[in-house]
Amino acid sequence: MILGYAGKFLEVDLSKGSIKEIKFDDNVLKGYVGGRGLAARILWDRLGSKWEKIDPLGSENILLFLTGPLTGYFPGGRICVSGKSPQSNGVVGSTVGGEFGVELRCAGYDGVIVAGESEKPVYLSVKDSDAEIRDASHVWGKDAKQTVATLTKESRELLKKLYPKYGEWKEPAMLYVGPAGENKVRTAVVAAKWSHAAGYGGYGAVMGSKKLKAVAVKGTGPLPEAADLKKVKRLIRVVDDNAYDSELWRRWGTGAGGYEVGAKTSSEPVRNWQDEWHDERSFGVDQFENRVWIKHYWSDFGCPTCCLKIAVVKTGEFKGAITDNPDYELQAYLGPNLGIFTPEENVFLASLIDDLGLCGIQTGNVMGFAAELFQRGILTKKDLDGIELKWGDASAFAALTRKIAFREGVGDLLAEGTYRAALKIGKMKNMDLLPYAVQSKGISIGAHGIRSGKDYPEIISYACSVQCGDHTSTAGLPLDGSGSELMEIFNDSGVYCNFNSFGIPRNVRFDFYEAVTGLELTREEWCKTKALRVLQLQRATLLLGGPDMQWNPKIHDDNPPRFYEPLPSGPYKGKTTDRAAVEEYKNRYYEAVGWDENGIPKSETLRKLGLYDVDKALEKLR
Amino acid sequence: MSTKKEPIWIARNLSKCSGCRKCEISCSLFHENRVWPEASRIRVFMLVPGAEFPHFCAQCEDYPCVQACPVKALSTSKKTGAVLVKTKACIACGKCVEACPGRIPHMHPTKNHIVICDLCKGNPRCVKVCQEGGWNVLTIVPRKAQPYKLYARTPEETTRDLVAKMYGEQGEEYL
Repeated sequence: MILGYAGKFLEVDLSKGSIKEIKFDDNVLKGYVGGRGLAARILWDRLGSKWEKIDPLGSENILLFLTGPLTGYFPGGRICVSGKSPQSNGVVGSTVGGEFGVELRCAGYDGVIVAGESEKPVYLSVKDSDAEIRDASHVWGKDAKQTVATLTKESRELLKKLYPKYGEWKEPAMLYVGPAGENKVRTAVVAAKWSHAAGYGGYGAVMGSKKLKAVAVKGTGPLPEAADLKKVKRLIRVVDDNAYDSELWRRWGTGAGGYEVGAKTSSEPVRNWQDEWHDERSFGVDQFENRVWIKHYWSDFGCPTCCLKIAVVKTGEFKGAITDNPDYELQAYLGPNLGIFTPEENVFLASLIDDLGLCGIQTGNVMGFAAELFQRGILTKKDLDGIELKWGDASAFAALTRKIAFREGVGDLLAEGTYRAALKIGKMKNMDLLPYAVQSKGISIGAHGIRSGKDYPEIISYACSVQCGDHTSTAGLPLDGSGSELMEIFNDSGVYCNFNSFGIPRNVRFDFYEAVTGLELTREEWCKTKALRVLQLQRATLLLGGPDMQWNPKIHDDNPPRFYEPLPSGPYKGKTTDRAAVEEYKNRYYEAVGWDENGIPKSETLRKLGLYDVDKALEKLR
Repeated sequence: MSTKKEPIWIARNLSKCSGCRKCEISCSLFHENRVWPEASRIRVFMLVPGAEFPHFCAQCEDYPCVQACPVKALSTSKKTGAVLVKTKACIACGKCVEACPGRIPHMHPTKNHIVICDLCKGNPRCVKVCQEGGWNVLTIVPRKAQPYKLYARTPEETTRDLVAKMYGEQGEEYL
């Protein structure tokens, strides 16, 4: 057994109601590490031979909750959620902060694998080696805050009953879905706490399709033993000191972005990306800090950064709304993207999105898309079930949010996410609506534009990413550089917060891996073999697609049409994306990762990496 | 950090807790040489998201836990004022948990004895790490004649107070 791992996984079949423990060969763990990397391997092994036939929302899909060897050791605990994505039809490694991964490892498991689907709503309760599938009909339909309150209380009472002399039980860590996940909304999240979310991928819908409301875990053991604890402690110190030195980052988290990304880098979605610049001082981080933040430093396990805040609306129409900061992404997507420029309205919408279990990015994007169609007269008030979807009207967007979460009326169309909604509404209206859909291969693009050239994403970042619109996993060259998707694969496979890796010396993360597992791993080995294997598996699944759609790299390895329109205002007015430059960069990228001129992984690339069955499966695409 | 030999007390400002749980990490590393949240003598409860706080011994003036122990496994340190556990004598009966107004002691998760904060012999690691991060939820003060028992409250009681402060009347719904 490799050090740093609990050594076993919990496998649950909800169709059969069975629970068992399984192990993976050491070589699998060495090769794929954990989290996103291991997810790609497990999903390929189990579903690869029939990938394109698997419905992500059907009983054959497999839902994964995976830790990595660094979870709990590297400051900032997270868990990786994966499966076949109902957004992209590929494998997405979607991580969320919190104590779930730590509790799971302390319970003796590196991950949970969920197959099949239950007939009735259930939740999985894990206490060390005791796991049980329990009835969840009393929390089915409940929102985030109600679900957390009910299951926290229930779990603690159960523990108290079983272990009356233990003393007070801390709450178990929980992952759950809100009503949106239950209703298989493709923009639904797997949530932790009230507002933490694994958003990209749409795995809330997968959980809902399996009728799995929640997973609650209490582990009473230590974290799996590390190979060199002294070195681990020294490296924690390096990561912590780096974070403690960035006082502004700690103070504001990404919350400064709501104003700055618009005003300074001009790369913020404004009214469905019709613009990327705004200079609305009403949306400044000082306004958030002074008006609505009631907790200024909020962390997950071991985190020195505390980028999260808690906001409560204290005045006006939306008084009583509670959410985390919002972070930059939700500020942007539930703010300027909808024509909203005040903290109170933004916090209110973020709070509603959290309560219903929706992704703020994906849902904010699809609502912006709908509002632009309304602006252009393509969608009428009647089409929108009587909602006058005007930019800046928070109440109108709230009404639409509820319709999406419950798949009511027009909400049923928008619940499919921007790409699918554009096709469906386009068919109804007999129009091409894709020019208004700001997404990449089924996944809406994170709130960082490329037109000004002043933000971090590059012109192929989204077009070539195996996680598509995911702003935390963008593609770029050189492959061993900090802007490479291969580095994000390491964060998501070691499973810790990438925010705590900003600014640390290049090799700290690999040193960390060695200190925990006792295995040597160089950056070169990671980039040339291990990460590249994960990338090819993710690429293969993405291209094989699903029953409802498949991607053609010639068409779909591209930016949304909007990113080729000139920026209409601001300091970078007129700037846009150069198509020829995109083609040139894309070709260099294909070459670097071993894909042919059509974007399909080459036979020799896959064989060199030992992925013979993947090579065979891709033959039909060549 | 106090280097004086007089007894100390850890003053606490619970509403400033970030929930980072670095206190649990450093406590368990010091006492168990492992990262082990459940074996930590200081435990961060989060019965309601946002209302995280550390729960650990307040060293009450009359030490009801020590008085309740039927086998004299608990004593107080003259040097630090901390409650000390004789692990071999402890029979894990749970009487100290019942006697504690905050139900603070809890069983070691794998060994048959209770765990209670021992103030790290006067140099508490939790305080150090909390101050490094600038949270200052925990600070060291000299132990004087203060009503320390007020700080021995159950997790539910403390949570109720914190959510009232943070979320107002609606806070009650989240418990």
